[in-house]
Parts: sequence; C-alpha cells; structure tokens
Amino acid sequence: MSANHVVPLRVYFAVFITLLVMTGVTTWVAYIDLGVFNPVMALVIATFKAVLVILFFMHVKYSSKLTWLVVSAAFFFLGIMLTLTMSDYLSRAWPMQ
Amino acid sequence: MSDSRTAAAVEGTATAHGGNPALLHHFETVEQQRDASSLGMWVFLAQEVMFFGGLFCVYLVYRLKYYEAFVAGSNTLNVPMGAINTGVLICSSLTMAMAVYSAQIGKRKMLMFFLAATMLFGAVFLGVKSVEYKQKFTDHHIPGASFSTAEFEQKDHLPRDVANETQIYFSLYFAMTGMHAIHMIVGMVIMGFLIFHSWRGKYPPGHYTTIENFGLYWHFVDIVWIFLFPLLYLISRRH
Repeated sequence: MSANHVVPLRVYFAVFITLLVMTGVTTWVAYIDLGVFNPVMALVIATFKAVLVILFFMHVKYSSKLTWLVVSAAFFFLGIMLTLTMSDYLSRAWPMQ
Repeated sequence: MSDSRTAAAVEGTATAHGGNPALLHHFETVEQQRDASSLGMWVFLAQEVMFFGGLFCVYLVYRLKYYEAFVAGSNTLNVPMGAINTGVLICSSLTMAMAVYSAQIGKRKMLMFFLAATMLFGAVFLGVKSVEYKQKFTDHHIPGASFSTAEFEQKDHLPRDVANETQIYFSLYFAMTGMHAIHMIVGMVIMGFLIFHSWRGKYPPGHYTTIENFGLYWHFVDIVWIFLFPLLYLISRRH
C-alpha cells in the first residue's frame, strides 16, 4: 500500500462518532440484566472499538503486510497467554485454595 | 568546521537523496525509512500488548477466584465518571489523528494546535481520574493498613474474609489504571517535546514519521482504556 496514504477526514469523524456511540451503548447495556451475556457484550463492544481504532486511527488498514503481521502476532501471543493460563486455572479443582 | 562547509556537506547528502533533508543517510528512500521506523514502533507496541496483557490475565484469574469480592469492589466505582473519561480519551484520539493528518499535509500551526488539544484532553482524563482516586482514599478503599471492610460487610453483607478480598480487586484496579495513567503522563511529556519541535519547524512537510509513531502510542493507550473501562467498571454491575 501507499506509504503516504492520507486518511480522509470523514473516515476519522465516522470512527470518532461510532466510538462515542459504542461507549454509550456499552454503558447502557451494563445496567440491563443479561446474566452471563453482560461481560460478553461488554467485551465484544470493547473489541469492536479497539479494532476500529487499530484499523483507522492507527492506519493499519492502509499499512504494509509486515505491519499486519506484527499486529496479528501481538494478539496471537496475547491469545496464547490468556488461553493457556485460563485452560490451566479452569481445569483445576475449584475453588483453588 | 565552517558554516559554508557544513552547508555543502548537507547539500551533498541531500542531493544524493533526491533533495530530501529529512531522509537519513542509511535509508534508500523515504518510504523505506518510514516503513522501518513504523515497524520498530509496532514491535514496541506488541511488547506493550503483552505487558498489559499480563495484567488483564491476572485480573481474569482473580475475578474467577474472588468473584463476589470483585463484584463488591467494582460496584464502588463511579460508572458515569468512567464513561466520561472514555469519551474524553476518544476525543483525544481524534485530535491525535488530526495532528497526524496536519503533519501529513504539512500544516505546522494546525499540527501544534491538535497536539495541544490532545494534551489538554489527556490532562482532563487525569483530572477526572484523580477525583476518582481521591474518593477511594476518602472511602478507605486503598489496599493496605487503612483499608476498611466496613462498607462491604454492612452494605453488601459479605463475611469479613470475603470483604477483605476486595483488597485484591482494588490492588488490580490501582495497578491497571495507575499503569495506564503513567503511560498517559509519559505520552504528555513526549507531546510537550513534539509541540516544541514543531514550533521550531522540525517537522517540515514530508517528515511526519515521528508524529505518526507517537500517534500509534497514544492510540494504543486509548485502546488499553477501552478494555479497562468495561472490565473494571461494567462487567460486574449488580442489577
């Protein structure tokens, strides 16, 4: 991709408005009793917001494949850390003393 | 070395690089220079993901183990303040993106304005956070010798040992928001230098890599808060 890509301003404003709206939504949803889906909703919305920031504010959508690789690697290893840790703790006798 | 010789040397370098003074001598093209520096920044951010990821991981494990204490602790937080702070940080991310845009199109005053605006939003965030922290001191919700379990025993009817476990929640609350705040303070100090340098005209049109890389850092700090807000404030709400 072009190294000198200038992201159009309307993209920034669209992302900005979406982020603000999603912040409102996640706060509102937290006050509704969804049981186990409260954390799920909160994390889905947070992930959506983070992806928007990464793709547009951080220009990853317009970046080289190498940048994509580094970003993916970061979250891949984060996934390994969380998955292996949780698979260990969740499969132990619980509550652990 | 005399001024004329320095100028000649600089000109010689510039000629060898197609007349771009912003291009360092060990890079072939501006694109290569920008890609290399961007890659370095992203590798640093990958490290930051793992760093904060460790804190998130601890939070998840302890939330499973001390669920009731985490619920009680989380419900003492001020959700409107957290939500407002999220909005403030999103505003600062927009102004940061606008600063990068200004640097890309080579508008120096616009760049300085948006950097200053980003700094201002950062200061507002830390101001709100300090009000929240102060409330925690007033309520004796700081882990340690002066910690009081009274509220959790009386209001939440938790047994003393469970009420005491809320200290683990508050330890993580302060570790995570504190580490995030330190990142913001570091960012604001760097931003001060960036404003000074752009005032001195160090970022002429075509040289925006420094601003762009700093923007990556600032947006990363925003992303950390995007996850901290639901994890600390929202997911354990009582209904």
